[in-house]
Amino acid sequence: MRVEAETKSVRDSVVAQFETVAREQKRALAPLSDELVLLDSGLDSLCLAIIVARLEDELGVDPFDSDNDAEFPVTVGDFIRLYEDAAR
Amino acid sequence: MPPAEPASLWTALSHAANLAGRALWGAEASVSLGDLVDGSSLGGQLERLRDRSILITTRDQLTAALALIELDGIAGRIILCPPDLPVEQLPYVAATAAADAQVFDGAAPAVAAPGVATRVACTATIAPGASDRAVRRQTDWILLTSGTTGRPKLVAHTLSSLAAPITGGAGISTAAVWATFYDIRRYGGLQIFLRALLGGGSMVLSSPKESTADFLARAGTHGVTHISGTPSHWRRALMSAAAHSIAPQYVRLSGEIADQAILDRLRARYPHAQVAHAFASTEAGVAFDVRDGGAGFPASLIGPRADGGPEMKVEDGSLRIRSGRTASRYLDARDEALLGADGFVDTGDMVERRGERYYFVGRRGGVVNVGGLKVHPEEVEAVLNSHPRVRMSRVRTRKSPITGALVVADVELETVAEGATGGVTEIEEELLRHCRQALPRHKIPAAINLVAGLGVNGAGKLVRRDA
Repeated sequence: MRVEAETKSVRDSVVAQFETVAREQKRALAPLSDELVLLDSGLDSLCLAIIVARLEDELGVDPFDSDNDAEFPVTVGDFIRLYEDAAR
Repeated sequence: MPPAEPASLWTALSHAANLAGRALWGAEASVSLGDLVDGSSLGGQLERLRDRSILITTRDQLTAALALIELDGIAGRIILCPPDLPVEQLPYVAATAAADAQVFDGAAPAVAAPGVATRVACTATIAPGASDRAVRRQTDWILLTSGTTGRPKLVAHTLSSLAAPITGGAGISTAAVWATFYDIRRYGGLQIFLRALLGGGSMVLSSPKESTADFLARAGTHGVTHISGTPSHWRRALMSAAAHSIAPQYVRLSGEIADQAILDRLRARYPHAQVAHAFASTEAGVAFDVRDGGAGFPASLIGPRADGGPEMKVEDGSLRIRSGRTASRYLDARDEALLGADGFVDTGDMVERRGERYYFVGRRGGVVNVGGLKVHPEEVEAVLNSHPRVRMSRVRTRKSPITGALVVADVELETVAEGATGGVTEIEEELLRHCRQALPRHKIPAAINLVAGLGVNGAGKLVRRDA
């Protein structure tokens, strides 16, 4: 089912989930860039919670679940890097 | 004229007419009630059991039924051990109930309970011969419920509290043939057993060795007229082609929330039956039954009652019940008080008023907290179950680092006809759209997993791992 996950980059997966959840939740998503502050993205905490849960299902990692006191990401770029590091 | 002695099940039966035509049908054996009142299933050893506190640990429902009929009014206490009571909990149950006797069937039980010196075998082969049936006391009926701590709770009833919903109640008709998916050693099944015995009917007993389809076919053979189970039992039953082998007049649901979808499906399958759902619990007894075909119950049921029936109120969102049908207490003093200071039992079932009706939304302990907003899994399940493709669903919590928790759903679909359109992803998206139309966003499952089958436990309720 998730063949595309193997060929798609982590970045692609994260961006796709941002777009899907924004559409489902009827949120206006700001144009995504690494510098975009998450709080300004148009997504609220429920949207982010859903994105984190789906990315865990898709990528098999939850970077927030570990005990390494990871700083909560501020920008979209921080968020993507967190997943790229965890998936490594 | 009032009877000279307190009524017992046996005395009630022995005064009934047409006993010879009435029976208890088990999966492996059957007993005519006429034979039973002229003999004994306990080898005529009733005197050894008089005034004792007796564990009923039979494997078979039929032998349990026979023992209950004979021991009510004779025993001091009868402790109804359900068939799936873990054997390691028997010593706790025996000690808490001060048991000093045991009734079993088949081979003698391997595990001895402390203090139990007298053991009597019960068989479905009735030995003829009279016994002294003089009733000198009202027997305590002890029912077990699953507690939250792992050990069961022992709940004290009497035949009076158990039978109170039956006298003048709904669904009683002589010559009725009753059946239930429940085991009669649980409150829901015991209600059906007592309705059959005290109402002049017969009963088909279920067996864990028998499939739902075989049970329905057997009930059909005996001409079942009145049949009960949980909504989970009924969702299973409707999957079976054998659901067509019965033509009941009365279909009853209890033990879980009856949502509109299951009520509508039963009405469609059994157009000539009255479909009723009852609210009952082991502690609170039967509070009411609803026969208008709608989920929930009329708001007019809340408030003081002039007719002496159960009085209900809603406090802190949960349904509270005060009536002569409630249990009196828990036997273990460590358990909380069963009755509040005002005499009401707090059912822990949360209700919500919409217009002139109250609806059950879930259990107090089962609430999922999504970013500070409450979700009852049952209210989300009701929405999912209302979709025609869904047979049953289970909504559970999933930890979230952002909101603390999210809700996710496991869904079992109706059997899909060959060649039906729509892949897995399409169905999941369709169900999410369906939820979005009916629920606020924090209640919409973050993920929907399609599963082959959802588990139902020994009490006929959906297995909730995290509840």
